[in-house]
Amino acid sequence: MEKVDIVVIGGGPAGMAAAVAAREAGVEKILLIERDWELGGILQQCIHNGFGLHRFKEDLTGPEFSERYIRRMAELNVPCKLDTTVLEITGSREVLYINAEEGVRTVAAGAIVLAMGCRERSRGAINIPGSRPAGVFTAGTAQRLINIEGYMVGRRIMMLGTGDIGLIMARRLTLEGAEVIAVLARKPYPGGLMRNVVQCLYDYDIPLLLRHTIVEIQGKERVTGVLVAETDENSRPIPGSEELYECDTVILSVGLIPENELSLSAGVKLDPHTGGPIVDESRQTSVAGIYACGNVVHVHDLVDFVVEESELAGRGAAGFVLGADGVGGTADAGSGAVGAGGAEGAPVHLLPGEGLKYVVPQRMRGINGEERLDLFLRVNRVYGQSHIEVKGGGEVLKRVKRSCMNPGEMERVRLNKSAMEKIDGSDLVIDAVEVGE
Amino acid sequence: MIDVAIVGAGVIGTLVARELSRFKLEVALLDSSNDVANGSTKANSGIIHAGYDAEPGTSKARFNVLGNPLFDALCDQLDVQFKRIGSLVVAFSRSERGTVEQLYRRGVRNGVGELRIIEREELLSLEPNLDDTALCALHAPQAGIIDPWEIAVAAAENGADNGVQILLNFLVEAIERSNEGFRILGPSGEIRARRVINCAGVFADRIHEMVAPPAFSITARKGQYFVLDKAAGELFNHVIFQCPTEAGKGVLVTRSVHGNLLVGPDAQEIEGRENLSTTRDRLDFVRRSAAKISKQIPFGEVIRSFSGLRATPNTKDFIIEESEQVPGFIDVAGIESPGLTAAPAIAHHVRDLLAGAAGGLEERKEFNPLRRRVVRFMDLTEERKNELIRKDSRFGRIICRCESVTEGEIVDAIQRKVGARTVDGVKKRVRPGMGRCQGGFCGPQVLKILARELGKDATEIVKNEIDSYILTGPTKCCEVEDLPVGINALAEEKAGYHGKG
Repeated sequence: MEKVDIVVIGGGPAGMAAAVAAREAGVEKILLIERDWELGGILQQCIHNGFGLHRFKEDLTGPEFSERYIRRMAELNVPCKLDTTVLEITGSREVLYINAEEGVRTVAAGAIVLAMGCRERSRGAINIPGSRPAGVFTAGTAQRLINIEGYMVGRRIMMLGTGDIGLIMARRLTLEGAEVIAVLARKPYPGGLMRNVVQCLYDYDIPLLLRHTIVEIQGKERVTGVLVAETDENSRPIPGSEELYECDTVILSVGLIPENELSLSAGVKLDPHTGGPIVDESRQTSVAGIYACGNVVHVHDLVDFVVEESELAGRGAAGFVLGADGVGGTADAGSGAVGAGGAEGAPVHLLPGEGLKYVVPQRMRGINGEERLDLFLRVNRVYGQSHIEVKGGGEVLKRVKRSCMNPGEMERVRLNKSAMEKIDGSDLVIDAVEVGE
Repeated sequence: MIDVAIVGAGVIGTLVARELSRFKLEVALLDSSNDVANGSTKANSGIIHAGYDAEPGTSKARFNVLGNPLFDALCDQLDVQFKRIGSLVVAFSRSERGTVEQLYRRGVRNGVGELRIIEREELLSLEPNLDDTALCALHAPQAGIIDPWEIAVAAAENGADNGVQILLNFLVEAIERSNEGFRILGPSGEIRARRVINCAGVFADRIHEMVAPPAFSITARKGQYFVLDKAAGELFNHVIFQCPTEAGKGVLVTRSVHGNLLVGPDAQEIEGRENLSTTRDRLDFVRRSAAKISKQIPFGEVIRSFSGLRATPNTKDFIIEESEQVPGFIDVAGIESPGLTAAPAIAHHVRDLLAGAAGGLEERKEFNPLRRRVVRFMDLTEERKNELIRKDSRFGRIICRCESVTEGEIVDAIQRKVGARTVDGVKKRVRPGMGRCQGGFCGPQVLKILARELGKDATEIVKNEIDSYILTGPTKCCEVEDLPVGINALAEEKAGYHGKG
């Protein structure tokens, strides 16, 4: 069986950034496996701009952003297998993959980085009643058909959901000559970034109907219309409020789900709040030597944060394999999650408290030489003037102000060295606290 | 003039056609749809029943009990997946215990062997996730599960391999009697046949009335279902029924032959015969009803809901007979549950009716009962997988990652006789799009493979019926012929690194 130091699964921005970081940390034998025929992942179909503002202080398109990593991968000579699908990962870090040239092969990995990304929630998962005609697409599928394959998917479009891909696609479809009748949000606030609401809907006069949803799809062969209803405070449709809109296409942007079928095959434990693996500060999962980063861990809004997180995972995996060689700290592959950086004792858990949907990382071992710890979190409703508080051992370790927060925008809270020093081993609880006028 | 025209290519029509292809007969199988198995066959529970449900003495009881044991050999010949996982009719109250006992006695009278009433302790050991108010159950080990469309597709293909002519998109508009037989008129021409077999499902009474005086009527009864992700399929080991009531068999839960969990159906008489819409209130009803069986059904794992139509006859029983007024016209109508189970036995019976009418049928020596084997790539050993990839590298490309379907399997499904012509046709045959992402990732790939294999443009590929177009045309940028030089250079550079030409 072939052996490599690190196998990275997925060649999107997360996988590439992790591979690059691991190589830069000195790991020799890295193998990145990508199922598509080229690197870049979903960024390749994101031909709009707005990528890299944090990372490169530049306004790039998706392919431009990924190109930077593709070039870096080439410079560092990181081997990739394209058109290759991983079928299974075992807890002992064997990766079973398949492709046309080699057939079915297994490679043994010193460490694995999971970077499979996420998939879109489908019509079936949200269970929209009605008939089953052609013309119902998820936003990402429509994006692929339009931007990669070069085909239009409809002329008169109703969009359900306000995820970022949906908002982007409302504008894209308009530019391609389609009429987007409206974008519907079941909740009283949009699910995506405010900047996308402004740049993609407002700037193009596309109506945004908050508190509305589709209650029936009509049409025998192709969509002919949808029944739209208002929703109540529990986001459920209000009977009697239905209105018929004629359209030939329904686009769904109703959520993203981390793709963790492979993680589960390796015995990796998932966090029900994120849908992704429970990870520590180096993005190590519950299985020793298996790391995870990007949208497979939690769905990000910005690729800039994806690559930042992925570099942690790449460096973490590098530390694990180099440490195992006696270069770095000590790794105990047999005892579950043990950080490679010389961490000791029981982990500190980071718990979503008041008003939080989730916190990543979910636990902390040691600091692995990092000077700081970034916490990524989402609130579970819209907040006005508020604080995010990180508490440990009854003390507030860190408090940051926010003028507003909404579930569609991921928040980052940075614990610097002084805050870190106050961590006494008790669990940390992170709260969102609304403050009065 | 052909010998036999079969109207309707569902599981009944296809199995009848395949049975008749054993003999020296010219047979045509017509369907108004763009694919076989597109009506009730596409959307039902997929259960091969033991035979205790139907009243003794009915055709339903007779053909159910005759049909069930035929599935092992038939599925072997047609290479269709079939699993005898057994069924349980569970009693949750003392009055329901009475029903279970009554079903047991009825089963015995119908000639169903191996039935047994099992008590609570044994029941819960067999099905630990059953609601613990369960008291006892009727256990029928011979009940099984199958993909109903898979057997219909397989029968159509094997029939076609043995000479059956298959005419899709043939909507029968009129049937006229002629001296020697019948003229079947449709928008795409006419078929002349000595005999007509009416297997038209929910439309069987209309077909009948085109040529004969009204004898029965069909009402479409809709049933709605949930399909759950495969992780949920392991919740139960058997097909789990509730006790039947006046309203029908009630909501059941079962794993499917591919490992998903199926929950449904309800029963609702509808106006018309084509309304396949699902509705929130009926699906909520299904969900509530299933809770009686178990509170542990993870409805958060639903990947799809769907509905199907039962062809319910006013006679309350299957109608399988040659018309008295119109000799040569054979009805196979009102085939609601247990119609799928009964189908192979019905096909034998129709053959006998035809043999009787024609004074015997002559067998074709060259009849081949075996369908060319299907590759189920993921079920192969690693050695076989690699052997196959060496022969045809398309088996090394996974197109659908939820169901792990290879390009090789998709191409085969398109190139077979009665092959897939549509996205749904591919999905029905080899499952890309059946999984948790519902075709989000593989949909565009399947579309491109279809276009390539059929020599069409992607815009010509439809989802299911001929007007169910998917793409409306090229995007604006496709009209640019010469790309700027810089873009080409970048493309080449990238291609160089990727190692692709």
